[in-house]
Amino acid sequence: MAVFHKTKDLTSKPFHYCPGCTHGIVHRLVAEAIEEFGVSEKTIGIAPVGCSVFAYDYFNFDMAEAAHGRAPAMATGIKRVHPDCLVFCYQGDGDLASIGTAETVHAACRGENITIIFINNGIYGMTGGQMAPTTIMGQKATTCPNGRSGINGYPIKICEMLATQEGTYYAERVSTHNVKQVLNAKRAIKKALKNQIDKKGFSIVEVLTNCPTNWHMSPQDSLKYIEEKVILYYPLGIFKDKDAEVKNA
Amino acid sequence: MHKIIIAGFGGQGILLMGQIMAYSAMTEGKEVSWMPSYGPEMRGGTANCAVIISEGMVASPVISRPDVLVIMNNPSLYKFIDRVEEGGTVFVNSSLVDVKVERKDVKVVYVRANEDAHELGTEKAANVYMMGAVSKVCGVISPESAHRGIEHGFSSKPKLIYLNKKIFDAAFERF
Amino acid sequence: MARQLIKGNEAIAEAAVRSGCRYYFGYPITPQSEIPEYMSARLSEVGGTFIQAESEISAINMVYGAAAAGGRAMTSSSSPGISLKQEGISYIAASDVPCVIVNVMRAGPGLGGIQPSQGDYFQAVKGGGHGDYKLIVYAPSSVQEAADYTYKAFDVADKYRIPVMILCDGLLGQMMEGVELPPMRDLSALPKKDWALRGWDRNGPRRIINSLRIQPDELERYIDGLYKKYDAIRQNEIEVEEYLCDDAEIILAAYGIVARICKGAILKLRKMGIKAGLIRPITLFPFPEDTFAMHAEKGSVKKFVSVELSKGQMIEDVRLAIGGKKPVAFYGRTGGNVMNEDDVASFIAGGK
Repeated sequence: MAVFHKTKDLTSKPFHYCPGCTHGIVHRLVAEAIEEFGVSEKTIGIAPVGCSVFAYDYFNFDMAEAAHGRAPAMATGIKRVHPDCLVFCYQGDGDLASIGTAETVHAACRGENITIIFINNGIYGMTGGQMAPTTIMGQKATTCPNGRSGINGYPIKICEMLATQEGTYYAERVSTHNVKQVLNAKRAIKKALKNQIDKKGFSIVEVLTNCPTNWHMSPQDSLKYIEEKVILYYPLGIFKDKDAEVKNA
Repeated sequence: MHKIIIAGFGGQGILLMGQIMAYSAMTEGKEVSWMPSYGPEMRGGTANCAVIISEGMVASPVISRPDVLVIMNNPSLYKFIDRVEEGGTVFVNSSLVDVKVERKDVKVVYVRANEDAHELGTEKAANVYMMGAVSKVCGVISPESAHRGIEHGFSSKPKLIYLNKKIFDAAFERF
Repeated sequence: MARQLIKGNEAIAEAAVRSGCRYYFGYPITPQSEIPEYMSARLSEVGGTFIQAESEISAINMVYGAAAAGGRAMTSSSSPGISLKQEGISYIAASDVPCVIVNVMRAGPGLGGIQPSQGDYFQAVKGGGHGDYKLIVYAPSSVQEAADYTYKAFDVADKYRIPVMILCDGLLGQMMEGVELPPMRDLSALPKKDWALRGWDRNGPRRIINSLRIQPDELERYIDGLYKKYDAIRQNEIEVEEYLCDDAEIILAAYGIVARICKGAILKLRKMGIKAGLIRPITLFPFPEDTFAMHAEKGSVKKFVSVELSKGQMIEDVRLAIGGKKPVAFYGRTGGNVMNEDDVASFIAGGK
């Protein structure tokens, strides 16, 4: 009989995330996936600066806390010392797609054999709701109070961009706005981790998440916002998968 | 102690000549330093290096007043001639330098480095020919250690070792 | 063992490899590019990792990762690149991670020039990045010392779990001298790092490399601990050379290549009948305060002169050490200009 249990790869420390935030779900997906592969004891995680800055308190692995945006560089150093460890970065959109864009792109271009879990909620949550590089057009934030417009520049599409790079092995965008999508996200996260275990190279899963607090919405409305608005700009799907390229060749 | 400044164009083997002299002297058990001019200048720009060869500790690797000056082109003569120590020796590559040294308090040796090296096999070895003259006149390094230096300096181009030793020896004989 | 004639930059790189450095991350900048060039070839011979990073910022964070994972890791750069690394250096210092950072100084501020300078003394010794922390800073004065102190730097870094900086200048990086290189270390004999990331096997505590301490009391306790560590370093690690100080009436203070120039000047001054000597700090942090204080107490010493390739940075530490007991003059050049021994000798002889 299958009984649900909490993965041993999360600690018992209660999450500090706001009610309704899907960060906790993604933490669980990552931890479950690693437990299911049986590599927990050979895993090193890297937390970013941002809402998930305390991820080292939640993931029950050896953990490092990187400087803002620098997780892929730090992961590179760790992976080169321990090529047999599973090394993953857990990064938000400000961290990965703004201050750490160079680190992200060049880790991909090097084909660095690491896995990046990219949390895209379109906002700077930790600092109180400022515009993120991924804030969609029309979306309000404290530094674009009338909604993002051309004057603020356009949201960055990381998976689409990384898909153009030879070094990227796998790039997929998934979402957390309903149960089906969460299960699909788990499949993608497992694939991205398995790619690393199989020494295939750089894999990234972009996960669309919500921010009820800074979006000023109820949790339900925030999930609806992902489904109805965010996905229009950030379509879900696989943008690059060298496994498929090999099969199709 | 010898304080040597070698100056000329980039591409004349100025830095290599200094390195070979420093290396050769080191194999004699001496203390040496070699300090290059560095910067964006490459072939055709100015190049110079300061070589100190000493029985004891080398204090400053920066040479204020050289006792040996090797001049491989015109601009270098103007740049360095006033700094030579009284009683020092100035070697002038008369193949390329068309002015005479006016100072009377230094010994001047004119060396047809390019022409003589060319006649001996290759003009490119004008630097090594000059090294032979300097070694003989100032007693800086022995031919034996110079040969070791040439072997080391041309280790990546071993075909050139024999010719360069020959050209060094010819200059050492003549001066 | 036979001496080799090599550049300061090459001596640093080879000594690092011999000291067990197997992880190098860097970015090209004059006048230190021989270090990454050398490492790119050499580390592949010994099974190490060389990465030319996309930026100085990435390079220092790769060092952070590799060192946090227990490797002996190094980066090198020159002044503007070292400025870019400061964020990472602060994080590394605040995570008790050992590593080695080489600064082959060039003239600043800004993009400045590429000729030698000592304008980064404050940055190296007083912090550089944000917050209360220190680096151990070695200032080699010869190519031999560049090799020896790089070799030692990895041991000292591991001993105290602290970033160590080799602070030299473009002249020392580019010049060649005869060097006897230290022996190749047996990597298996290096001290074990139980604290380093490697994957948690559920035995003992989980390892977390972190510089975030959001509770003020926790952070204050941590910083107090750091400063206890710095006190121990002051007790144990100060290195200084005194040159002809016994009978000196004028004591020069200089480090790195400038100390060599000062020695030449001192020999000239002594021929002129002026009793000059030199105190050469080899560790800039910890600074050899006691050596300066001891000489300042002596009745025979009339004054000190700090000689630097800057507008006067180390002079502040000299003054602090002397505590106003003797006058302290300054002679320096900037912009990438290097004084020679005659310049220094005539400044001193001129009685300024």
